[in-house]
Amino acid sequence: MSDLQSQDYVRISASTITPPRARNADEQVAKLIDVTRCIGCKACQAACMEWNNLRQEIGYFEGSYDNPMDLSPDVWTLMRFTEWEDEKGNLEWLIRKDGCMHCEDPGCLKACPAPGAIVQYANGIVDFISANCIGCGYCVKGCPFDIPRISSVDHKSYKCTLCSDRVSAGLEPACVKACPTGAIMFGSKSDMTDWAGERIEDLKSRGFANAGLYDPPGVSGTHVMYVLHHADTPSIYAGLPDQPKISAFVDVWKGMVKPLALAGIAMTAAAGFLHWIVEGPNEVQPDDEVNGKRALNSTDDR
Amino acid sequence: MSYPKGTLVRHTTAARINHWITAACFVLLMLSGLAMFHPMLFFLSALFGGGQWARAAHPWIGTVLMVSYAGLIVQYWRDNQWTRDDVAWMEKIDRVLANQEDGVPQVARFNAGQKFVFWSMTLLVPALFFTGLMIWDVYFSTYTTIEQQRVAVLIHSLAAIAAIVIWIIHVYAAIWVRGSMQAMTRGYVTPGWAWRHHRKWLRRLAETHSTGPTPGAGRDIPRARNKP
Repeated sequence: MSDLQSQDYVRISASTITPPRARNADEQVAKLIDVTRCIGCKACQAACMEWNNLRQEIGYFEGSYDNPMDLSPDVWTLMRFTEWEDEKGNLEWLIRKDGCMHCEDPGCLKACPAPGAIVQYANGIVDFISANCIGCGYCVKGCPFDIPRISSVDHKSYKCTLCSDRVSAGLEPACVKACPTGAIMFGSKSDMTDWAGERIEDLKSRGFANAGLYDPPGVSGTHVMYVLHHADTPSIYAGLPDQPKISAFVDVWKGMVKPLALAGIAMTAAAGFLHWIVEGPNEVQPDDEVNGKRALNSTDDR
Repeated sequence: MSYPKGTLVRHTTAARINHWITAACFVLLMLSGLAMFHPMLFFLSALFGGGQWARAAHPWIGTVLMVSYAGLIVQYWRDNQWTRDDVAWMEKIDRVLANQEDGVPQVARFNAGQKFVFWSMTLLVPALFFTGLMIWDVYFSTYTTIEQQRVAVLIHSLAAIAAIVIWIIHVYAAIWVRGSMQAMTRGYVTPGWAWRHHRKWLRRLAETHSTGPTPGAGRDIPRARNKP
């Protein structure tokens, strides 16, 4: 997406300074995806394509309801279908709308080396500012949900923007607008959490004892949340991570390695300079030349 | 190729060209790599025409360096074999650092410090190359899992920092020990330089009537003599 000045940043990738935060009244937003009300019609996928002007190349039928088969630079949201049998042998058709979760603690933004290529607005939306993206793929490594996709055409990373352009103008995201069953809702995060609570209570009364809200604490919560009938095992929903968190490798790489590395380089250079001013250069002395020549010629004259 | 009379060939022309290709690649890799490593150094990407260009050029330069460094390994590995003398030399490192080389064991073509630089880079360069391939997103991202790439990028950055630290030591040593820089730019050293820093190497050359860089090499070149 482009840079939207009407929304304040709370985080800017590859930046060591505090982003400007004069206005701070923004309410945290959230998209609530009620998996239990989804009928798998893919209207959200179509609406996403329409609003964002994305056209994935036509592929081939691969024996699955998933279409296309994966997220891509041109597919920012995707229905993932799972045929799951419960312990009693009953078949359940689990349909999950996959896409960016808009983590409160975004791994993509932490990993990004390009200043301002990934930002988080005060309302919680995590957005890619494509003009600043260098196409390195670090966001892919930072993301605990396997969401960003790098385009092989323009070498930029793409993912769901939560329709930040619509939200900044007071509209709901396109997928929310298009959903015919109200399975996708949008509003303030507290309202969505309340609404999810009602839904979960209803599901529990209808026999889904493990119904619950997916708002994983490992990434400090997300601005896209799911109501799941089996919230105890999110992974049955096409591999939704049970306990997502930023990889420890990424934490080390983007955490302590950075300052330690710069300190190590600076100290080595300083040690060299210190040696120079204490001991100075090691210069060949005139008697070395005399001895050197003698050593060479003594054997020559044998 | 002409060297001043009475001097010894320290590095052959091929080795010097090979070295400076490697050096140029290393400096470019360091600048573009540090740009992608720390936000405060991102400005270095401007030297390459911006972040996209730095990201795109870095792995290609790395590939050239890998090939180039392989050439250095071929040309230098024999003279970098670790010997018992190197241990004795390391024990006297304080005298070496204090510019007092009398009493320090005589050194053949390379001393223990130079061998350390050689073997460290021989380990680090391939490590950087292979982890670099794993995170070369444009061509190789589909061959490994994201988790493997996370490990690769961490190893890549740690190895790069180690290589930069060793590179600083290498460059400083060349500035500190006068005559070393000329050895790698023009290719020759004086007998006095060899006597002071690599006496065993000098003696071996003298025994074989060689002008260097290895015993037996350059025997056909008549050497200017300074008869007493």
